[in-house]
Amino acid sequence: MNKRTTVQRKSDREVVVTRTVDAPARLVFEAWTKADLFKQWWVPKSMGMTLRSCDLDVRVGGGYRLLFGADPANTMAFFGKYLEVVPSSRLVWTNEESGDAGPVTTLTLDEKDGRTLIVLTERYPTKEALDAAGTGAQDAMHETFGQLDELLVTLGATAG
Amino acid sequence: MVQHHQTHFNASFAAVADATRRGVLEQLARADASITDLADRFDMTLTGMKKHVGVLELAGLVTTEKVGRVRTCRIGPCRLEEEMEWISRYREVWDARFDALDRVVDELKRKDKLRRRQKKSRTP
Repeated sequence: MNKRTTVQRKSDREVVVTRTVDAPARLVFEAWTKADLFKQWWVPKSMGMTLRSCDLDVRVGGGYRLLFGADPANTMAFFGKYLEVVPSSRLVWTNEESGDAGPVTTLTLDEKDGRTLIVLTERYPTKEALDAAGTGAQDAMHETFGQLDELLVTLGATAG
Repeated sequence: MVQHHQTHFNASFAAVADATRRGVLEQLARADASITDLADRFDMTLTGMKKHVGVLELAGLVTTEKVGRVRTCRIGPCRLEEEMEWISRYREVWDARFDALDRVVDELKRKDKLRRRQKKSRTP
């Protein structure tokens, strides 16, 4: 099975992430909407962050709140609300921690032969907001064209 | 606008899909060069090099300026590397996340199977 994660900038305000999971859509939806499951994967160890608490009120108009950080003095909150909830197939939520600059995220699950295609679209209000989103605190690293080649292979389908 | 960006992106990808053009970009990242310099360095005809530079120019990866009889090429305003870097970082985060999701979902699948089996054995 192709387990590749693909990322594509669909427009100057939109980025689309896809991945196929070897499980029915209802299980993926469960992992995305139950807090005790969600917190097991949303912040993998390699991200170097600790998810201290996680509240998900998954219903239209319901809110979610994720608290990061080792202790209450160093806490970062991520929060927003759910705009659309269709069990096993669709979830739309806002990301409001950075005020108006946050994206609206749309998750769709498409099940076929017991496997689920995850398509996640993040739509930012402006190009600037999108550009700022991926950068984090890391220094800009100079990429060689060799690495560029690898990326192009990964993104092969994107070029059209 | 959306369409324009997509077109621009495709043009960028197409431009760097060619080994010579990547070489030209690498060369120009080090120093500006004339079409003649580039043709010599890549052992190509002037016409052939003009075509490659034309593709890079269309994608915004290279700009050219003619002074007298010499056309000088330099790295253009399109920051393809920055865009690729951005995507690469974004992908790293999601890749790690989805790997972790896989493990959670596998566990759910296992429990699900167990539940079904128990249910079945209870049915007379």
